[in-house]
Amino acid sequence: MRRRFLTRQRTLRPGLPLAPDGYGFAVQTWNGHAMAFLRLLAILAALIAGLQPALAVRIADADLSSHVVALGVGGFDAAEKAIADLAATGDDRVPTILDRLGNGELMVRKADGAVFAVEKAGLDFRLTDLVTGVGAGLAPKAAVEKIKVNNRIRRAIASAVGALTLMSPDPSVRRAAAEAVMKSADVAAIPVLDQAIAAETVADIRSAMLAARATALLASDAPEADKVASIAAIADLGSRDALGFLSGYTSAEGAVGAAARKAATVIESRLMLWDVGQNLWYGLSLGSVLLLAAIGLAITFGVMGVINMAHGEMVMIGAYATFTAQEAIRSSWPELFDYSLLIALPVAFLTAALAGILIERLVIRWLYGRPLETLLATWGVSLMLQQAVRSLYGANNREVGNPAWMSGAFAVGDIQVTWTRLWIILFALAVFFALIGVLKRTRLGLEMRAVTQNRQMAAAVGIRTPLVDALTFGLGSGIAGLAGVALSQIDNVSPNLGRGYIIDSFMVVVFGGVGNLWGTLVGALTLGVANKMLEPYAGAVLGKIILLVAIILFIQKRPRGLFALKGRAVEA
Amino acid sequence: MITTFLIDSLDRRGRIVVGLLVALALLVPAGNLLVPEGNVFHVSTYQLTLCGKYLTYALLALSVDLVWGYCGILSLGHGAFFALGGYAMGMYLMRQIGTRGVYADPLLPDFMVFLNWKELPWFWQGFDMAWYALLMVVLVPGLLALVFGWLSFRSRVTGVYLSIITQALTYALLLAFFRNDMGFGGNNGLTDFKDILGYPIQAPGTRAALFAASALMLAIGFVIASAVVRSKLGKVLVAIRDAESRTRFIGYRVEHYKLFVWTLSAAMAGIAGALYVPQVGIINPSEFDPAASIEAVIWVAVGGRGTLVGPLIGAVAVNFGKTWFTGVLPEVWLYALGALFVVVTLFLPRGIVGLWDKLVTGRAKPAVEANGAGRQTGEAA
Repeated sequence: MRRRFLTRQRTLRPGLPLAPDGYGFAVQTWNGHAMAFLRLLAILAALIAGLQPALAVRIADADLSSHVVALGVGGFDAAEKAIADLAATGDDRVPTILDRLGNGELMVRKADGAVFAVEKAGLDFRLTDLVTGVGAGLAPKAAVEKIKVNNRIRRAIASAVGALTLMSPDPSVRRAAAEAVMKSADVAAIPVLDQAIAAETVADIRSAMLAARATALLASDAPEADKVASIAAIADLGSRDALGFLSGYTSAEGAVGAAARKAATVIESRLMLWDVGQNLWYGLSLGSVLLLAAIGLAITFGVMGVINMAHGEMVMIGAYATFTAQEAIRSSWPELFDYSLLIALPVAFLTAALAGILIERLVIRWLYGRPLETLLATWGVSLMLQQAVRSLYGANNREVGNPAWMSGAFAVGDIQVTWTRLWIILFALAVFFALIGVLKRTRLGLEMRAVTQNRQMAAAVGIRTPLVDALTFGLGSGIAGLAGVALSQIDNVSPNLGRGYIIDSFMVVVFGGVGNLWGTLVGALTLGVANKMLEPYAGAVLGKIILLVAIILFIQKRPRGLFALKGRAVEA
Repeated sequence: MITTFLIDSLDRRGRIVVGLLVALALLVPAGNLLVPEGNVFHVSTYQLTLCGKYLTYALLALSVDLVWGYCGILSLGHGAFFALGGYAMGMYLMRQIGTRGVYADPLLPDFMVFLNWKELPWFWQGFDMAWYALLMVVLVPGLLALVFGWLSFRSRVTGVYLSIITQALTYALLLAFFRNDMGFGGNNGLTDFKDILGYPIQAPGTRAALFAASALMLAIGFVIASAVVRSKLGKVLVAIRDAESRTRFIGYRVEHYKLFVWTLSAAMAGIAGALYVPQVGIINPSEFDPAASIEAVIWVAVGGRGTLVGPLIGAVAVNFGKTWFTGVLPEVWLYALGALFVVVTLFLPRGIVGLWDKLVTGRAKPAVEANGAGRQTGEAA
């Protein structure tokens, strides 16, 4: 039962008009209303019982059983009192029990007066204990008697469940209840809502309840002035749900329609603004990923002039190093799991840097000054690395876990922010500034710049250029390894991980301007934001194509990128 | 007269290659159709089709060599031109299916019916006519190359920058052709062909004819490429490859030369794609994969860039190796291919042909004169 309601609950998506078979608004009779409301209550019950397990209130099974038995004793008056008593317990199983009572699913066993939920099983009934949920065998039709329900009882059930949900001590349950009522737009909910609104102290839950009341009022045959006021109350909410609801009235005639249209426009423009904000955030997030992937390339390609097609594989090595480190932690020191990513950072950096230095010593150093050959040779290296990882770890995706401090999300206004993405943005910026620091403030950075600017002169003043070459390449590769740590959190860790980023990374470096780290930063963020801004209009794939074509055209205009190095060294 | 000119443009090695290709075009189909099974000289249909595929790859490699080996433009996107030619041919073949498709729609290919399209998109019009489709095989890749090259060469995008944007080009096309609403069959591409020029595509005779066409087209491509590189224009191309700025300052319009050879090469790649598709029976977006284009470059590197024979040898050798390895030791193939990239660039900068020259003829030619044409300047001019 609970399961079924949970799945139904999940099919309700904010912003979509309610499905015709959903918790419908066009129910005509009171009985119909009551049925719809009862279904709604069942959702609320599921909300309490299923979604808020931590806050569940439970009384002893025996106490609850004694209240349940009281449902089956005496006439409607007694039943009404029993319902009130049951509700007063505050137990989280009560809404489900009441809901089943409303549906006529409860029966009394004549032999001992016990109350069960029943289900037809052939000619007999299958009994289930309401409190424990344990089956109580079959009973012939003659042995049980249905507890009768009339409209008065239904009303009592409605207000009891409403009191349990809309007036729950837990604010999140109250909010969820108000939102559920709003979706159902049920007239029967108005009296309970009025009570709840009077008691509500939290401002935005109160406004959610007011909006829920307004939606219910609109569905009723209340006077037009009340309906116009209702629309204003809904418009105050400003959410997608509100817009979805109002869209049902924009084509209405008279003052209601006019007010709805006006309110819808206001909400739409407000939501559009939030959408821009959300896309901007997605764009920054994508940009930070691009920055991480490209920044190592900015060192090897931008500073050294080496086309490293195996750069993506360095990222992949970093991701697999993270996986391996995490596995080791999981099996040997599980208590350190939350720090696994921090521990993986140096592991990934060193593994990738070592791989990079090996590649530089074995392959690339023979090819300096022959960029096209370097490109082909490193492509070959990338193929071998991919196959090596495939042999070692298998071709399937590997799972890298999220530490607790990286999972979850929070909302800023209407913008959803996940912790993972936020951390990755911060991490990318940290890596970027650390790299700038290394290049500007350390001995190695100084020597790197010297070798880049004039190799022979640098050698003449005693810099060991081969060592600097190897270390620079190692640094670039190590940073790619760091990118792998971050990407393992948001992407599939598979042998093809690097392939997906290599073209984008080259685009970023070329767009930003070769040999200029700030250009890489600007390039990555620009491309990230542009990509996500295009997506809503053109779709993900077309947006990307447009961007690629735009970059190809941009290169024609500025062959050296956004922030081109100037001077004679450029042509060398 | 023009034939005499073209034949004259071949050196000794070139004449041998063309002769061999013509002989192949005659003998292999004969071995398939006329020699009975069980005979040593019998060629199975599988082998015939496989060899035909290699020949189209060889033509693609030749087109890559023309721009890379002779003009120094490393294209990492030649697979795009190959695939566009293939799609043009595929569209013709799709239109030939007619009512024999699953949905038996006389006009629309199956995937369009499946997507609930009502009429044929404008860019599919005309592809029911063979001459139009064949024209498009050359025109579409050629025009794309012309526009792309005109933009790039005019603004002097060179070296690795050009390589990277050619890669971006084929990547963008890959993404585009994956989309269902582009009208090219999306992920599945175009397949399930029935007829070509009225002949059933699966019939042994048709397959033999396609093989012969591939061999002859490769021979023609070889003769054209030879004529180009051995002409005065070819000398300028080599000059651009070796010292672009100097050539420009001498007074040549470098971009015009580059644009010519680039467009020619793209059209050649398109023809190779068009011959490839009916033989393998499918064209899908994976042909646009940047990795496929880079593989074509390695064929050239293995065979020997800057020679005309090299890409042919390289394409056939590498692909033969690929077929063999993926059959026998599939997990080793990527190691072998990767090692091939590294070894060839490090130790065999002039490929198999360079090695041959060194070992057999005992003459190591200087690197700048990387082709036969260099030695006979006076004769060709």
